[in-house]
Amino acid sequence: MTAPMDCKINFEQVSVTFGSAAVLRDINLQVCRNSVTGFMGPSGSGKSTLISLVNRMIDFENGVTIEGSVTIDGSNVLAPRTDVISLRKRVGTVFAVPLPLPRSIFENVAYGLRLQGITRRPLLDEMVAESLSKAFLFEEVRDRLDTSALKLSGGQQQRLCLARTLALKPEIILLDEPCSGLDPISTAKIEEALSELKQEYTIVLVSNNTKQIARATDYAAFFYMSALVEYGETFSLFTNPAMQQTEDYIQGKFG
Amino acid sequence: MVIICIIFIKGIANLNLEFILAFPQDMGRHGGIFPSIVGTFCLVLLSLLFAAPLGLGTAIYLTEYTRESRLTTLIRFGVESLAGVPSIIYGLFGFIFFVIKLKMGWSLLAGSLTMAIMILPTIIRTSEEAIKSVPVNLRRVSYSLGGTRWETTTRVVLPCAAPGILTGIMLSIGRTISETAAVIFTMGSSLRLPTTLMDSGRSLAVHFYILAREGISLEKAYATALVLVLIILAINAVAYYFMHRITSKYS
Repeated sequence: MTAPMDCKINFEQVSVTFGSAAVLRDINLQVCRNSVTGFMGPSGSGKSTLISLVNRMIDFENGVTIEGSVTIDGSNVLAPRTDVISLRKRVGTVFAVPLPLPRSIFENVAYGLRLQGITRRPLLDEMVAESLSKAFLFEEVRDRLDTSALKLSGGQQQRLCLARTLALKPEIILLDEPCSGLDPISTAKIEEALSELKQEYTIVLVSNNTKQIARATDYAAFFYMSALVEYGETFSLFTNPAMQQTEDYIQGKFG
Repeated sequence: MVIICIIFIKGIANLNLEFILAFPQDMGRHGGIFPSIVGTFCLVLLSLLFAAPLGLGTAIYLTEYTRESRLTTLIRFGVESLAGVPSIIYGLFGFIFFVIKLKMGWSLLAGSLTMAIMILPTIIRTSEEAIKSVPVNLRRVSYSLGGTRWETTTRVVLPCAAPGILTGIMLSIGRTISETAAVIFTMGSSLRLPTTLMDSGRSLAVHFYILAREGISLEKAYATALVLVLIILAINAVAYYFMHRITSKYS
């Protein structure tokens, strides 16, 4: 397996068990800075669990045992002394289903900023507009920032969630199957946003849609049955997979 | 509905501005019910002042800050037991503990503390249910944006749960306004206008009870009942209005 240069996130010998069931076994993987890295695999293969380590959202699960280390720029986020709150400001998350807060469009994007103590309205206005533009949403909603976010379409809601994450200027953005409920046009808009955003951010995209991984990522990892099967540059992984399982999955023979 | 109609028909004849704003004379046979209206409002406000923060705090603790454990089971058991106790028992408890043991005498303070204990289970249970019904995912969003537990609770969970919490508070207000037994034992039934926390007073429900029970004046009793019903309706209308404003702001 080729290890990409300029490593941002480093998973080392990571194993996760829920109760007695192993969810991840001995994962070693390095995520490259300023790239889009795709995690693919059938559901239940552990890919979502792996990213929930990075933002420590795994803390909300019961009965989890974690081994190994996950480092961001060399510091271990699994260490008990990690400041989880500030970690989550550095690591943004977009969930599988669009989850706007029941507030206005503006307040959704401003939520994280307000938590950081930014309350000056001109500054908020500017930052909200900037984040919405980066998520390719600003033009569609600029006239109705004060209307409820729940009135947006699914695709717009998901871009709003992306904008909300971008507002905090994180270093890493984790997207957990962000397009699973979206139509092709909304999906294309998200992918377009991602390819722009990787200039500034390190992006991890979890998806069980192999075509999306092929289109939108620079590096790809294939997970199967709690293990990392193959990892490498997306192009070579899709054109010349080293493992039979990877080839079968890409060709849609299972999964 | 029929009951409300009867009260309305029988009470409207004696209801006028003077009845509301005048002091009672001759045990309530003549005059108005102004001190009782004031006493009722003070009783409601004070009981809520004691019970709402404690009840809401308990609900938040039970739902957001702990996992299920022996302690939470114990708290829930206690709350449920309290909910099933008849009001006269609260009255006796308040009388023995607040009025006699803590030497508060028959007073607004003793009455509202007793009522606070009595409405606490309702507030805890309804708030807990309301908080639990807020989707887990909304909390996750807040945490994922760097929110602390407290920020998540106050900025996401409580606004979403507000209508449910308000319902519990409305039920509690209704119960406090209409309570007689526990109030007679702890706040007394003085007809004077209560001016301090340590003054005795007579709530509308108690006034109505005494007027009817002692056969003092049935006309005045019906008029009092009508005022009581109108106050409850008014409070509900105001609460409904605010609830509507909150829900439309957050959705």
